[in-house]
Amino acid sequence: MDIKNAVEIKKLTVVLGKDFVALDNINVNLKKGKIIGFIGPSGAGKTTLIRSIVGRQKIQTGEIKVFDLPAGSSELRKNVSYMTQENSVYKDITVEQNIKYFARMYGVKKANLTTEVNKILRSTDMTNQAKNLVTNISGGQKQRVSLAVALIGSPKLMVLDEPTVGLDPALRDQIWSQFNDLARKGTTLIVTSHVMDEASRCDELLLLRDGKVLDHDSPKNICQKTNSATVEESFLKLVRSKN
Amino acid sequence: MNIKKVYFTALRVLQQLSHDPRTLALVLLMPAILLTILKFVFEKSPSTFDSIAPMSLGIFPIIMMFVITSISTVRERTIGTLDRLMTYPISKLDFIFGYALAFSILALVQASIASFVILVLLNVSVAGGTVSLLIAAVIAALLGTSLGLFMSAFATTEFQAVQFMPAIILPQLLTCGLFVARDQMAQGLQWFANIMPLTYSVDAMKQVTNHNTWTHTLSKDLIIVACYAVILLILGAITIKRQE
Repeated sequence: MDIKNAVEIKKLTVVLGKDFVALDNINVNLKKGKIIGFIGPSGAGKTTLIRSIVGRQKIQTGEIKVFDLPAGSSELRKNVSYMTQENSVYKDITVEQNIKYFARMYGVKKANLTTEVNKILRSTDMTNQAKNLVTNISGGQKQRVSLAVALIGSPKLMVLDEPTVGLDPALRDQIWSQFNDLARKGTTLIVTSHVMDEASRCDELLLLRDGKVLDHDSPKNICQKTNSATVEESFLKLVRSKN
Repeated sequence: MNIKKVYFTALRVLQQLSHDPRTLALVLLMPAILLTILKFVFEKSPSTFDSIAPMSLGIFPIIMMFVITSISTVRERTIGTLDRLMTYPISKLDFIFGYALAFSILALVQASIASFVILVLLNVSVAGGTVSLLIAAVIAALLGTSLGLFMSAFATTEFQAVQFMPAIILPQLLTCGLFVARDQMAQGLQWFANIMPLTYSVDAMKQVTNHNTWTHTLSKDLIIVACYAVILLILGAITIKRQE
């Protein structure tokens, strides 16, 4: 059976601590092979939502299916990659040692390891930094190492929490081209951002605020519906209309 | 559990340590330095030092491995690497036993250096010989590692992890029979000592020091310490949550 949606979320509610409702009755389907942007201000629930999708977040009510399997299922671990908001790589080993370690944990075979590591180093433009300790490279380069780890094994779904924070515009552009290439080859990418100018680069947007979905559509449709020139303007109009 | 993933996790932990020569030097050399200081503390009473020094080899590895392991694993949580690894196709035991293997190798080197210092430089005679001394020291270090891995689940910061050392290790140290014979202590403390693993680690070292053959009691003591270590490693794996 051909699965149309990479992610299906029904009636999802997540409560953090005693009574903070981080996500409130989310219902959304995310299509395969698209770049979907989770856009919203800090505290909107973006990170909680992606943690729920990768199976790291305990959920109170509702259901999340990833490729028709419950989120976090062991069968999904080879198909879903997760880049956390922190760099989440080991600072006291080299760039190459990091990628090799995570590749081995992913299950990349010994015969393919060097090829896979070199391919990833090239695609993130980190070949020249391969032998450097992560602690000695710049913040943007650390971010790229973290992204490199997420690329291991060509997963079907990549869940990336603020992947372009702190990167210069040229590198950000390069990384977005890479996201587009991956999507063309069938990978689904979920990318969170609180920077509205990145929204127009996505195929679909999920606008979030206070744990609720304001809208879910393509950037073009969202702008048309709200009669706005930019996603940022649309977002503000949607917020005002809900208040 | 996947043996290859255990091995590669251990390799990664050792690579991390190899890039941190200061920590490595402290871990490997401190027991030897402390034992040398102890030798001069007991300068006027060399027989006391001769009986205490081997027993210290059952204690120092536990303390050092407890601190280093608990801090390392808390750091895995705070920098987000554990968060990432828990979405990978690895079992929690791969992660925990990888740490245990790495620190056991480190403990073997640490114990070898300390044993060399005790036996050769400080001229302490250990009836049981070097091999049994090393085995007992490595099992003690494995206990420290597993205690550190288990307790790290209850710490949210490295600062808290360090505070667990006096809370978890010192009561055992005071009651293990190193300072006062256990049958001289209050009954409640004897019961406490009888269920604490450090007691058996120190007892094993006493056996190694005083007997020139591998005794039944030594086997029993080491099996108890090893069982504690394995149980704590499994409990440590259970405390890691895929979902939080």
